Amino acid sequence: MSLLDMIGPVMIGPSSSHTAGACRIGMVARALLGSPPTYAAIGLHASFAKTGKGHGTHLALVAGLLGFAPDDARLPQAMQEAQAAGLEVAFQDVDLGDVHPNTAQLTVTAQDGSQIVMTASSTGGGVIDVIRVNGFRVSFSGGAPTLLLRYPDHLGVIARVATLIAADGVNIAALGCTREKRGGAALLVIELDSPLSDAALAFFGGWREVEWLRMLPSVMSSPEQGDGHGVPVTVGTTA
Amino acid sequence: MPPTLKQLMDAPTPASAWVLEQDCADSGLEQEAVQEAMRGRIREMRGSIERGLASDAKSITGMVGWNAKGLWDAPDALQSPLLKRVQAYAMAVNEENARMGRIVAAPTAGSAGTIPGALIGVADHLGLSDEQLVMPMVLAAGVGQAISRQMFISGAAGGCQAEIGSSAAMAAAAVTELLGGSSRACVHAASMALMNTIGLVCDPVGGFVEVPCVSRNAFFAVHAVSAAQLALAHLESFIPPDEVVTAMAQVGRMMPLELRETAEGGLAQTPTGLRVTAAMAERKP
Repeated sequence: MSLLDMIGPVMIGPSSSHTAGACRIGMVARALLGSPPTYAAIGLHASFAKTGKGHGTHLALVAGLLGFAPDDARLPQAMQEAQAAGLEVAFQDVDLGDVHPNTAQLTVTAQDGSQIVMTASSTGGGVIDVIRVNGFRVSFSGGAPTLLLRYPDHLGVIARVATLIAADGVNIAALGCTREKRGGAALLVIELDSPLSDAALAFFGGWREVEWLRMLPSVMSSPEQGDGHGVPVTVGTTA
Repeated sequence: MPPTLKQLMDAPTPASAWVLEQDCADSGLEQEAVQEAMRGRIREMRGSIERGLASDAKSITGMVGWNAKGLWDAPDALQSPLLKRVQAYAMAVNEENARMGRIVAAPTAGSAGTIPGALIGVADHLGLSDEQLVMPMVLAAGVGQAISRQMFISGAAGGCQAEIGSSAAMAAAAVTELLGGSSRACVHAASMALMNTIGLVCDPVGGFVEVPCVSRNAFFAVHAVSAAQLALAHLESFIPPDEVVTAMAQVGRMMPLELRETAEGGLAQTPTGLRVTAAMAERKP
């Protein structure tokens, strides 16, 4: 947690974990989808389910899905904003098992029918931990520009990806890879010190092995961006 | 990894300079950029205080909203302007929060009033400038980081001790540095504040960040100032600071789910608390 997230974010109340963190979870889901969502089914677990309504959790998740940052004054009117933006939302209480009490599972669909399923926890002070993406177990905070890449598992892919990132002049902060099984679908999650160039992303997008690609912007506080900048910019391809 | 409290305690005085240097080396950010962002956060805190002291508009549920202004406008019965100022500032921020207004989480929104209440309250009482608050605010953040090494800072994970305890510890260190305390004194102030918050449960009525959260920020802003006062007189925490954090984390794990922000225990389960919960269930999100 950075110094600016410890004293921060600047946000619309009333709860950093249930409001600001929930908003950031919505922002990451929107970025993962890569285009404006038209339908979102949101499952709320434990404390999110029990006290979410009192904390504006529903509003904040929807605000994030609309691309609003935690300090966006439109957050309290997120439901009306969603209606205006053509986003339909359905909530239900769910039991996600042994996860942090403030956890939500979002199934989000875009106009063209593309869909993502994401599970994330809000761990306190507005910090989040994304724990599942499209069935893959992951762990990233959205605190850094994050590259997600799905490909059929085979020898040397990670080495080539890492080489290309280095060639783009970008340093890797953290890297995680999970696969269904040997030779099955694999998801690579790479947290970076800065976003990749458009040229590098276009190159990755053109790779035969790459089935799905997303470059997520940071949703956390930074001196340059403030407190999670507005509508996230994403670059992605879907095979 | 963030620093331990021991590392902070052993850092050269002022500890904030060491925190800033270490953190920027890790994040790659410029020190000046972080300081500038902190200046912005101090301005935002002032904005919340000013709006909160001027408004008596009710919160979402109507349980709070007039407390800060009520205290601020009332005669100073104890003739203790520092006490009144610290309490009023802290509640002003949290009532803004409860109205879905704009605040700075420090470290959380539920505990957002403690640091501005204590630090800005003391500064205004003594006629100090906002610029003098920038580095103490950095230290507050550093103390928060050190606590977060061992513990999630959320009521859901560790009870209110994890939120208001952390904010009070952070505020205590910041006030101590503002008043010229050594790195050692700052960390001992934090440790004493934490030690005397252990066990505090999170039992918000109806699940709202209103009761007891708003008044709790007033109480723990004063608690932070008390800790700073002891530390500046060279009193120390008998249990080493990092051990206090370990103890708090342990108590957090032992705390039943009912007392960790689920509104299933404590004040939330009183007849009045249950009435608010029932009324709320009627509403749309």
